[in-house]
Amino acid sequence: MSERYDAIVVGAGHNGMVCGSLLAKAGKKVLILEAASQVGGAAVTREFADGYSVSACAHLLYQLQPQVLKELGLKVDLAASDLATIALSTDGNHLRIHGDTAEGISEEDAENLLAFHARMTRYASLLNTFLNKKPARLGTKKLSDLMTLAHLGLSVRRLGRDDMREFLRLIGINIFDELQEKFDNELLKGALSVDAVMGTHLGPRSPNTILTYLYRLAGNHGKISQPAGGMGSVSELLAHSARDNGATLRTSMPVLRIVVENGRVAGVETENGEIFSSHLVVSNADPKSTIFDLVGARHVETGFVRRIKNIRMRGNAAKLHLALDGLPAFQGLDKKALGERLIIAPNINYVERAFNPAKYGETSPDPVIELTIPSVHDNELAPAGKHVLSAIVQYAPYHLKGGWTDEARDAFKDAAIAKISEYAPDLKERIIASEMLTPVDIEKEFRITGGHWHHGELALDQFLFVRPVSGAAQYAMPLEGLYLCGAGTHPGGGVSGAAGRNAARTILKREHSA
Amino acid sequence: MSIEQVELTRLKSPFFPRLEAIDRLYNWHNWKGYRSADAYTNPELEYFAIRNSTGVFDISPMTKYRITGPESRIYIDRLVTRDMINKVGPGRVAYAVWCNDQGQVIDDGTIFHLSEGEYRLCSQERHLPWLMASAIGFDVNIVEETSEIAALAVQGPTSYSVIRNLGLDGVENLKLFGLMKFEFQGSELMVSRTGFTGDLGYELWVKSEKALDLWDALFEAGKLHGIKAIGTHALELARIEAGYLAPYEEFLPADETIRTGRSRSPLELGLGWLVDFKKANFNGRRALAEEKRTGSTWRLVKLDIEGNKPAHHSYIYADKRGKKNIGFVTSAAWSPVCKQNIALGTVNCPHGLPGDTVYVEVYYQREMHWSRMMAAATIVDKPFWNPPRRNATPPGLF
Repeated sequence: MSERYDAIVVGAGHNGMVCGSLLAKAGKKVLILEAASQVGGAAVTREFADGYSVSACAHLLYQLQPQVLKELGLKVDLAASDLATIALSTDGNHLRIHGDTAEGISEEDAENLLAFHARMTRYASLLNTFLNKKPARLGTKKLSDLMTLAHLGLSVRRLGRDDMREFLRLIGINIFDELQEKFDNELLKGALSVDAVMGTHLGPRSPNTILTYLYRLAGNHGKISQPAGGMGSVSELLAHSARDNGATLRTSMPVLRIVVENGRVAGVETENGEIFSSHLVVSNADPKSTIFDLVGARHVETGFVRRIKNIRMRGNAAKLHLALDGLPAFQGLDKKALGERLIIAPNINYVERAFNPAKYGETSPDPVIELTIPSVHDNELAPAGKHVLSAIVQYAPYHLKGGWTDEARDAFKDAAIAKISEYAPDLKERIIASEMLTPVDIEKEFRITGGHWHHGELALDQFLFVRPVSGAAQYAMPLEGLYLCGAGTHPGGGVSGAAGRNAARTILKREHSA
Repeated sequence: MSIEQVELTRLKSPFFPRLEAIDRLYNWHNWKGYRSADAYTNPELEYFAIRNSTGVFDISPMTKYRITGPESRIYIDRLVTRDMINKVGPGRVAYAVWCNDQGQVIDDGTIFHLSEGEYRLCSQERHLPWLMASAIGFDVNIVEETSEIAALAVQGPTSYSVIRNLGLDGVENLKLFGLMKFEFQGSELMVSRTGFTGDLGYELWVKSEKALDLWDALFEAGKLHGIKAIGTHALELARIEAGYLAPYEEFLPADETIRTGRSRSPLELGLGWLVDFKKANFNGRRALAEEKRTGSTWRLVKLDIEGNKPAHHSYIYADKRGKKNIGFVTSAAWSPVCKQNIALGTVNCPHGLPGDTVYVEVYYQREMHWSRMMAAATIVDKPFWNPPRRNATPPGLF
């Protein structure tokens, strides 16, 4: 006889643990199963060379929702908070951007930046209200759905006439046009556009990159922080919370399949053959893995299968980790500045040109890079006097022409290192060990289809009411007892916990009304 | 290729040389890209061939898919609403409907279980994208074989005598919705006891290369039994008498509708008997279970109307004064064999229960001038035409 639970969460990613913890807190008997040996999914700290650790996938904290922390009674220990962004220039005249100000831009640009930031923040706050809500179902007469829709409509309306028009004008367009119109400074435009395209299969000229920019901003007003001990510590915190609330959390327990009996979920079977029973299974895995690998397409309906299959989730970001025997000398940056978020995107066309080859299955010869040296703030991560560098390198298309062979990976790693070396000439000499994770590696290590860290491209057709797909945007899947709680659901990726929290609330509400 | 070089923008059925030879009207229409005749000589005579002797209708343009593979049976069971695992073994044919996730009918058709795990699905519309999407996660193979297979519907009281003359041993034991295979001039001839006329009848299936040989043998075998090629007009009348549905008349394929509420569920089409809720999963199950719980919006009805003016395109009312509109007629005809003014229609629930009287607004024209009358109609339960010979095994000889 297999052990029976009120709910089983598949995957101890941060959303899975938030969801599991909240369910357990509400008195449910919860089991959380994680395939990897440590919790966290893509929010982990892991050693990649002897004595050198790094946040292996996500490396900065943008979006962790205060509501999540409050409800679980948690506080994240930060090594650094409110980081500035430094847009690097080869001539050493870097641009330091902090919220709505930037040093060394023209007066006109400065004024425009103030206005741009204020406006974007207003729109982002509007969006933020909806991050922590179950999206409404369209075409229904249910009061709660109608209220959410009315609230959305009212919030947009309440922006005022001019602001509302501007919001509706901007929400579908690309960030290139908007930045070109507002600013002159190339470094500024380059760096701002990076915020819109990080982790996506989009360039600055791609449609709806204003939306992705707003999404990034919506979390915590765009404030960036670095948790002490890397992202893994956030996950550990959530794991403790889940256990404290009474959930059972087991690692190294890959789930083979979600068991379906008589047209409804009956439990899960792990790869080692154990069966755990529950009428409620919440999957933290991405929608494609959940439906195709765990549930099986045959247990759901064709239209749903087709929509899930068509979710766009081609990862395009690679991750570079370097172990360094000392701080590299970036021309014009002091040690303190090296603790900030550094961007290599000298102008906005550079970013678009970096994206161009990705459309044809090729890597960027001149990649866009977001890099941090977390060991500046956190000496736990590297031996004394040594450092680690963590960088997101774009674009590295998942479907690389010829495939991601070792040679291809090494070539892209070399290109990334060469690019950083243009700004820090002594970098190469300082490298003790290095690692490059391509989208294929990310897919394998973190079990994310396509290696796409949002579990599905963040685009208007995969957003809000239609995330992950239309008809299944309210965490409950069209299979009795199956729920999703990962980044593939509303609101999307990033270490925010919003999806996990929304899913838990939906489940508890449905259970309550049942 | 320039447009002048395209000989014909319609495909020709494998029987075309014979059809062309008997055609006296030159009234062709487009059936899914194929030339198909409205009638060859006279639609009334062709209709009476179906009811009094044997009518032969070329069904080669019908869309045909071959579905094979180790999981074809469970694939089809999930595709359609009825039980295909326990109820439709090899050698059997099933009339079935398939729905989208919202429980709305995409199409209806017949599924031939040719041999263990080997199926042929026939339908009016083309459905490859839907069939392929449904195949995700199943070990099945789907091939369209419309042009490779030639088929004739041989329908009418003397049809059994005709095909017996072809020398098909054992065909007398073929039951309704059964299929048998025979050797025919070094090739295979599949005979199914199916049709679209509600009468005794068969459908004959061969490889397209054998089409003309089959035609010649069949017409030779039927020459003393009043065999006659028929066109779509005659068939249309016969199918209304039988109470069968036609896509684009009784329902729109769900994937072709834009406005909400313009598609129909099987429950709304009187096909509840085809929906098996005992199955754990099939396309549309969740929505249909919900519909069964909360009630349907529409009901398909058969109407026996007073008078003799066909109620084409009529509104249906609950009251004689025409104040309460409850639906509309989808197909209508004067039935020569039933001597009844019949129609199929769709009405809002809860109207339209068998035995109810409703009113249809019939418009008719005499010497240019239009007249209108409100005709009383009774909702009937059974098909207008369903003779015992349709089911009799072995069928009677002539």
